[in-house]
Amino acid sequence: MSDHDYTPSSKVGKWFNDRLPLLTLANHLTDYPTPKNLNYWWTFGGILTFCLITQIVTGLTLAMHYIAHADMAFESVEHIMRDVNYGWLIRYIHANGASMFFLAVYIHIFRSLFYGSYKSPREIIWIIGIIIYLLMMAAAFMGYVLPWGQMSFWGATVITNLFSAIPLVGEGIVTWLWGGYSVDNPTLTRFFTLHYLIPFLILGLVVLHIWALHVPGNNNPVGIDIKKPSKDTVPFHPYIVIKDGFALLMFMIVFAFFVFYSPNILGHADNYIEANPMVTPAHIVPEWYLLPFYAILRSVPDKLLGVVAMLSAILILAVLPWLDTSKIRSAVFRPLYKQFYWILVADVLILGYMGAMPAEGLYLLIARVATAYYFLHFLVILPVLGFKEKTIPVPLSITESVLGGSPNLAAARNRESSEKLK
Amino acid sequence: MKNLIKLFYIISFFFLGTAYSLSAEKVDYLKTDWSFKGLFGKFDRGSLQRGYQVYTEVCAACHSMKYLSYRNLAEKGGPEFPIIQAKAIAASFEVLDGPNADGEMFTRPAKLSDKFVMPYENEKAAQAANGGAYPPDMSVLVKARGGGVDYIYSLLQGYEDAPSGLTLDEGVHYNKYMYGNKIKMSAPLSDGIIEYGDGTVASVEQMSKDVTTFLMWAAEPHLEARHRMGFKAIVYLIILTVLVYFSMKKIWSRVESEV
Amino acid sequence: MSDKKPERRDFLFTASYAVGAVGAAAVVWPLIDQMNPDASVKALASTEVDVGSVKRGNTITVLWRGKPVFIRRRTEEEIKEARSVKMEDLIHPEKDEDRAKNPEWLVMLGVCTHLGCVPLNDKGDYDGWFCPCHGSHYDTSGRIRKGPAPLNMEVPKYEFVNANTIKIG
Repeated sequence: MSDHDYTPSSKVGKWFNDRLPLLTLANHLTDYPTPKNLNYWWTFGGILTFCLITQIVTGLTLAMHYIAHADMAFESVEHIMRDVNYGWLIRYIHANGASMFFLAVYIHIFRSLFYGSYKSPREIIWIIGIIIYLLMMAAAFMGYVLPWGQMSFWGATVITNLFSAIPLVGEGIVTWLWGGYSVDNPTLTRFFTLHYLIPFLILGLVVLHIWALHVPGNNNPVGIDIKKPSKDTVPFHPYIVIKDGFALLMFMIVFAFFVFYSPNILGHADNYIEANPMVTPAHIVPEWYLLPFYAILRSVPDKLLGVVAMLSAILILAVLPWLDTSKIRSAVFRPLYKQFYWILVADVLILGYMGAMPAEGLYLLIARVATAYYFLHFLVILPVLGFKEKTIPVPLSITESVLGGSPNLAAARNRESSEKLK
Repeated sequence: MKNLIKLFYIISFFFLGTAYSLSAEKVDYLKTDWSFKGLFGKFDRGSLQRGYQVYTEVCAACHSMKYLSYRNLAEKGGPEFPIIQAKAIAASFEVLDGPNADGEMFTRPAKLSDKFVMPYENEKAAQAANGGAYPPDMSVLVKARGGGVDYIYSLLQGYEDAPSGLTLDEGVHYNKYMYGNKIKMSAPLSDGIIEYGDGTVASVEQMSKDVTTFLMWAAEPHLEARHRMGFKAIVYLIILTVLVYFSMKKIWSRVESEV
Repeated sequence: MSDKKPERRDFLFTASYAVGAVGAAAVVWPLIDQMNPDASVKALASTEVDVGSVKRGNTITVLWRGKPVFIRRRTEEEIKEARSVKMEDLIHPEKDEDRAKNPEWLVMLGVCTHLGCVPLNDKGDYDGWFCPCHGSHYDTSGRIRKGPAPLNMEVPKYEFVNANTIKIG
């Protein structure tokens, strides 16, 4: 990285930069050498930054009108939707923005899984990412409580009751979380406070996430280190900026479609009924992005173990860099891992679907098998695969694979030539 | 480009999948052509005005609509009653105001800024008057029911004699679209129960359609503005995407690589 | 980068930037406008006041758009005093006849034009109002006579709906 050599051309710039090296930082960010073979799956980092900023800006404006009180929250949301200038627009962006945020983060995570971006030397980036993901879930859950509809209320009740599974102190913790003997006004006001706080924690962690990324530099579809920066990389600006911008615009078209043409399709109708502690809705379903974990929770017939399984399903990701024993990063050169990767994707989608279905009969059985497979993938398949798998030879440099077309093509050609040799 | 197609395929698969699974129960609701659906969907003003008439002459006896104000009736994108008519509608209701200088509450005719007057003082009073069942507030009713407008439209026309073998309690009615088929509300509409000012024949079907349209507007008063803005926003995004795509091609042409 | 031929880059890049800037501006507007008075606030623009019980020489204060409105039923002396002032003695010259169409009734926003405090009744050097915050004196027509305030107290739009009822706004 060339940031240490940088001197601003203007005198004022130099004076300022000697005191606070912001210009050096800006120069580092624009010149940051990025592998030139990054594909569109790599644009989701930029898209996620956009999502976070959108949520913070729309959230701040909503907070100017929202009233965090059990008697007034629902009404204040209706006030936003009806009377506040562009209130409907801002709220729909915020509500659908949460879904878009999770959509992007799942693509981001699965990209990392496919190309082995979590492996050495990028473990810290990955772990910070998992913390961000956990905080996102907390923020999304608390945000969903704020409109104080039926799903808000019962979602809050069910999720906070998870803590009662903890032996001995569980009940005490739940009462403490509620600030009473049920989900009520004290719960709502503290959730609002935390919902307001968490995005800024996420913002701070995102800075660390990017900082940790800029130390080793980006992984890439071939998964090999940069050999010659001059040949293998392009400066972040304008090459990656414009590409991220293009992908972001495509993403925004999908986003706009939801906001303007089906703003409520990802939500649940029951949340337009004001919270009523006397009546539980017929089906309690979390937002779609939490469904796979909800399925895992329900597939274990024991209260404590169910909660443990659900938490483990997320936390297991934090130790993934050490569970995956393969030296090869990219799945492009790991024919067996590639198969298992797609099975895992299907497994998670199935879990998501089962999470939305009633927990009974065949649904429950499938959910249990899928839960078992989820853990099997990380605890057994990945460690064993690293030792047993016969991988395809990786190209010598990024440039070589780029010139040979897409990495998949290069891989195919490599395979052919290696087969001919036999 | 191939990657992008893949990406879009996966996004749409994912969302269609969840949308499908969320609407778990599939019922064949009665269908009608709603003017407010689609890219340029708008409300039919006549239908909204007639729908208000149905609401106020039939539904409002039991159902509140507490988030609406009389001024909404004259606002753009709604029934768009002339302001004088909206004022007259408001003035035909009495609201409690005060306290006055003597510390007493008093009633006065409603103004445009007042919220719709509720048929009962509170939820408990509404329950007591309706055999224990609270007639739900109708402000956001369309959005609060899984089937949306189709569900409401069907429900209003779904009253039938109970199938043999099914006994209903006193004050419970059979409706083939209601969840569980048992409903406390008796059939609210019958042919000619009201007389439309514009000469439209007040059949049950017509009234169901009109009042459902009205309820859709009540739940989503900015729907027309949303559709208008949405179309502009998406056209704009597509134009900018094309421009940025070619800019990107041009910039990347300096590198011996494919984008 | 190395390519420094402006003519070729120009159109496409300029167009992208221009279109992008238009979009950014369009996005900013809703975020600003949401802080303006909303539809329910705008709807509360007028209020009606029953003034039948107000005696001569008394002032009542009512709330309109969140601000106090002074409604004073003036005595004959007060009216005489207000109408006999020479225009050149005033900081903000306005005829009392223009401020109070019906001389008996003075209706004005009870907000000091200096920095927005509420002046006190029957106080000050001019028998009218006195603002305790920074010492502005108003006369019996609510006109500024002494102190830092630059303007007379504002007369809102109002009308007598009937002999006893004033509609403000």
